[in-house]
Amino acid sequence: MSAYRLDYLDQLESEAIHILREVAGQFERPALLFSGGKDSITLVHLALKAFRPGKFPFPLVHIDTGHNFQEALDFRDALVQELGEKLIVRKVEDTIRTKQLTEPRGKFASRNALQTYTLLDTIEEFKFDACIGGARRDEEKARAKERIFSVRDEFGQWDPKRQRPELWNTYNGRIHKGENVRVFPISNWTELDVWNYIRREQIALPSIYFAHERPVIEHEGQLVAVSEFIQLDDTDTVLTKKVRYRTVGDMTCTAAVESAAGNIDDIIREITATKTSERGETRIDDKVSEAAMEDRKKNGYF
Amino acid sequence: MDLLRFITAGSVDDGKSTLIGRLLYDSKSIMIDQLEAIEKQSRNKEEGEIDLALLTDGLRAEREQGITIDVAYKYFSTPKRKFIIADAPGHIQYTRNMVTGASNADLAIILIDARNGVVEQTRRHSIITSLLNIPHVIVAINKMDMVNYSQDVYNNIVIDYSKVAQSLGLKDITYIPISALHGDNIVERSVRLDWYEGSSLLQFLEEVEVQRDIDLVNGRFPVQYVIRPQSDDLHDYRGYAGKIISGIYRKGDEVTIQPSGSRSTIKAIEIGGREVEEAYAPQSVVLHLNDDIDISRGDVIANNGRKPGSSQELEVLLCWMDNKPLVPGNKYLLQLNSRVVRAVVREIEYKLDVNTLQQEAYPQQAVLNDVIKVTIKTASPVPYDPYKTLRANGGAILIDETSHVTVGACMIQ
Repeated sequence: MSAYRLDYLDQLESEAIHILREVAGQFERPALLFSGGKDSITLVHLALKAFRPGKFPFPLVHIDTGHNFQEALDFRDALVQELGEKLIVRKVEDTIRTKQLTEPRGKFASRNALQTYTLLDTIEEFKFDACIGGARRDEEKARAKERIFSVRDEFGQWDPKRQRPELWNTYNGRIHKGENVRVFPISNWTELDVWNYIRREQIALPSIYFAHERPVIEHEGQLVAVSEFIQLDDTDTVLTKKVRYRTVGDMTCTAAVESAAGNIDDIIREITATKTSERGETRIDDKVSEAAMEDRKKNGYF
Repeated sequence: MDLLRFITAGSVDDGKSTLIGRLLYDSKSIMIDQLEAIEKQSRNKEEGEIDLALLTDGLRAEREQGITIDVAYKYFSTPKRKFIIADAPGHIQYTRNMVTGASNADLAIILIDARNGVVEQTRRHSIITSLLNIPHVIVAINKMDMVNYSQDVYNNIVIDYSKVAQSLGLKDITYIPISALHGDNIVERSVRLDWYEGSSLLQFLEEVEVQRDIDLVNGRFPVQYVIRPQSDDLHDYRGYAGKIISGIYRKGDEVTIQPSGSRSTIKAIEIGGREVEEAYAPQSVVLHLNDDIDISRGDVIANNGRKPGSSQELEVLLCWMDNKPLVPGNKYLLQLNSRVVRAVVREIEYKLDVNTLQQEAYPQQAVLNDVIKVTIKTASPVPYDPYKTLRANGGAILIDETSHVTVGACMIQ
């Protein structure tokens, strides 16, 4: 590549930094929603590039379902300590108690849907006007149609028909009181772009992204980690397998993939060769219906 | 490996969704679970084979109504390039969506059904492509299988379209005969179209030069945010954070700050915390100046190339995007990159028919999807460039002060 030309990762990086700085320039009380997964870790890395040597103009916010992988929580705490940035944690557990919510039952009872309540409460508690998230348009069909600045009403609802046109690189973050904007700086990245960027920038990740031995059960072709959060049946056989995670969500709704990939090069080789999409392979919660994500987004989900 | 953003203009009838489905499928960007999902839907619709068009349908609301209501973004890569497709619906009432999708595009694929040739819709898409100043155009003449892969049919369409292109001043047009359904000339050159001597569609998309379209002479750096740590060890640190939208900036360069007109020189440039000697569009950087001047968000730091315009009266081609009509005299906010100013829309000079380019003089109002010529008066000066000269600093949005909605796209003349 000759002089004055940018590689695609540099272009994506520059676009994401531009979006993060627009958030800083346009909003009074932004927040970065941090899940502990690779996409939000990438966002933190981009924020460092956007704002250092200054502090982040937003806290990191983690909506803790209580069903997290311990490795992801440990990683989160170590990262925050290293950065010297503010972390706010709000627990779904507390929302369930104070709001007397009913927990879903069943084998893989997931708090994924209840997470939305805690998120909306947290937005209200801190009066956040913008929430930065690591969602990507390649993840899922409903995401492919969402704007980079996505306005949500006071119930957190996304209305695809009322989206604002988003032109050039100009982002309109003006909102009414009570509304907030979800901002997705890595909208235009694919799973592989994120991995290639992590490799290039040598970004550290929680260990569960790399192959390790873990007791699992097989459920409809997916491998689910044995944990206190899922109920084993008599018919379940616990197997110890070498696995890694492609996405990191709750232990109840994230499946592992069998893999021997111990480093990023191996992972990129596997993803390049894979025939199943990230969400399709690892998310139990998207399988409920064809429009599962569309429905959850309309109800305020990230 | 670099990045190409393109828009596909056409309707389902032209085979647009099938074309996108084909590009995704043939570049192996479709995963098994996604294929299974559309196979399931294909069966639901009681059709025999996989309908590649279903890959681009998004929301259930749309599928139920069989429409596309918004711009959807699709991604695929080859070893040479990463591609971002803005898939904009071609239906007449969605001028707004095509304008949105086209605003960032390096290239437009205009689809023509070989059986129908150049139709009203083709003209509309071409006019919008020209209004938005998309640098490269591919005219994909589709459904060649339906006309027996006839070279005569192709030639006649090329002759017809070149008249349209000429009247619009479209540059860099490439014609490719294809069949999206059968994959002819999509990835590989097709033997059934052996009279065609150019590249296949994908090969052309991989090779078209786009980074050359960036103006590296006339530098524009809109300030987004000022980094001032104000800590003990960084007491004097004052960095202007933003993205270089055109030009090259070097340490020691003279710069002018717009709209104030003050001058300074560059003391240092940082990229991601690392100091560099020079930086260029479209990099996100931090600039440090040698003089302590009052600079804030919305100011433009220009290099010593051509000076940007600075005016409180802007001549604008405006695409109206709101359900409420535009009434002259109404006040709005105008946002150009990071600068937001109050603005009032003066008299509408004319309305442009996007099917024929005919002008209707002095209409009383403008409604959704209208393209009009107006003068916009702003409360303070706006540093700008004409859209045709420097796209990155000539496209602005209008925002309704009360609903906060984006109501218009402005191409500054």
